[in-house]
Amino acid sequence: MRQNVIWLPVARAKHLQLSTPSPEARFVTDSALRELADDPSSRKRFFKMLGGAGAVSAATVILAACGGDDDEAASDAPPEGKEVDNNKSDLEILNYALTLEFLEAEFYDKVIASGLVKDKMVANLAKKFGESEQEHVDALTATIKQMGGKPVSAPKTKFEETLDKGLEEVLNTAATVENLGAAAYLGQAGAIKNKEVLAAALAIHTVEARHAAALNQLVGRGFMGKGELSGSVPSGAFAKPMDMAAVNEAVKPFLA
Amino acid sequence: MASSRLVAPELATIKVHGMTREAFLIRSTLAAGAAYGAMSATGLISSALADGGGDDVDILNYALTLEYLENEFYVQAAKQVKGLSKYESDLTKELRDNEAEHVDALAATVKKLGGKPASKPTFDFGGAFASRASYLKTANTLEDTGVSAYNGAAPSIKSTEVLAAAGSIVQIEARHAALIRLVRDKPPAPRAFDKASEMDKILAAIKPFIRA
Repeated sequence: MRQNVIWLPVARAKHLQLSTPSPEARFVTDSALRELADDPSSRKRFFKMLGGAGAVSAATVILAACGGDDDEAASDAPPEGKEVDNNKSDLEILNYALTLEFLEAEFYDKVIASGLVKDKMVANLAKKFGESEQEHVDALTATIKQMGGKPVSAPKTKFEETLDKGLEEVLNTAATVENLGAAAYLGQAGAIKNKEVLAAALAIHTVEARHAAALNQLVGRGFMGKGELSGSVPSGAFAKPMDMAAVNEAVKPFLA
Repeated sequence: MASSRLVAPELATIKVHGMTREAFLIRSTLAAGAAYGAMSATGLISSALADGGGDDVDILNYALTLEYLENEFYVQAAKQVKGLSKYESDLTKELRDNEAEHVDALAATVKKLGGKPASKPTFDFGGAFASRASYLKTANTLEDTGVSAYNGAAPSIKSTEVLAAAGSIVQIEARHAALIRLVRDKPPAPRAFDKASEMDKILAAIKPFIRA
């Protein structure tokens, strides 16, 4: 199922049994891959991340080594100093993103289950958005594992109060959360070390933005809206990033 | 490399008046494997390297070219398209103004980096403004294309400041895309992961709109 795969140039090494999308289906720029290709320690690290033959399912791969050296088989050499630190900080960011995605996915699940949304168009949007958030959860979880990290579990959420207040509150909350998600990803872009992780984050970032804009529109937060993160085009022509502390603070009401 | 394959085939159906010459050189197979920084400096993304801006300047000028296009598209749309609702008309103007701000910001950033901002091409959008439907369809394609262009280019950006700027802009383009799609009764966010496109494919896709 294509939607679960972030396509990257797939290793031509035969022992990595990944599905092979057409060469044109490239996500990451040539220069990012060249960097990988030119740096043997990076390359070894990525092969190690994939865990060798058969460890990766095509449905959940986010990161794939670029092609080339069939003789660079999966190496057991541990990552060196700086790479460990880079990985560690990227893993923190990925787990932060994962928590937000869990939150969003769970919220849409509860909204749909509540039956509050009667309008077919809106219900379809909620369903579709929820499905996308679940895909984000799955992809981030798989990536974290492949990088040797431990994915956080789904947090306990507190949406009952929101749901009790009815449809308008629910849609407003959805809009708020999506806007937060977009701002969160934007806030982390500069901190991500690994270019493939960055590419994935960017691919999710703009989807959260689409969700946010659609929901803003639905709840009447027009583009002339005032205030932080209100209005379908926050801050006018430029989106605002939010840092981890601010986002975590903002989502606290929804965590049990 | 299938450099002539359009990232958005429907762009090819737009009627173009009197295209006289190539404004962009499509990267040849030779350049296909090169990093962004080594892209042959031709057409509108040209003298930045000579001015010492380097790779980030190239990427900014690429983005600037796309923003020139989007801005001009909405400038013309605001004047020409008939049959838009009040909301759609207001939205068109808002989008136009947003893109103008993007143009200004990107040009200023290029200058700050010691580069030379790409100049604004002459655009021709053919029959895009003939109807509300054709306008919205083209707008949809342009916004989605813009998102995939930024997402494709951003991982190559060296400076975190430039990356922050690009991220801040692409998020708005994504919002634009969603709003236009809603107006068209299309899904605002059809994919869980937005596409990222290579520069040569984007340039090929917008080539029909460039007159000079």
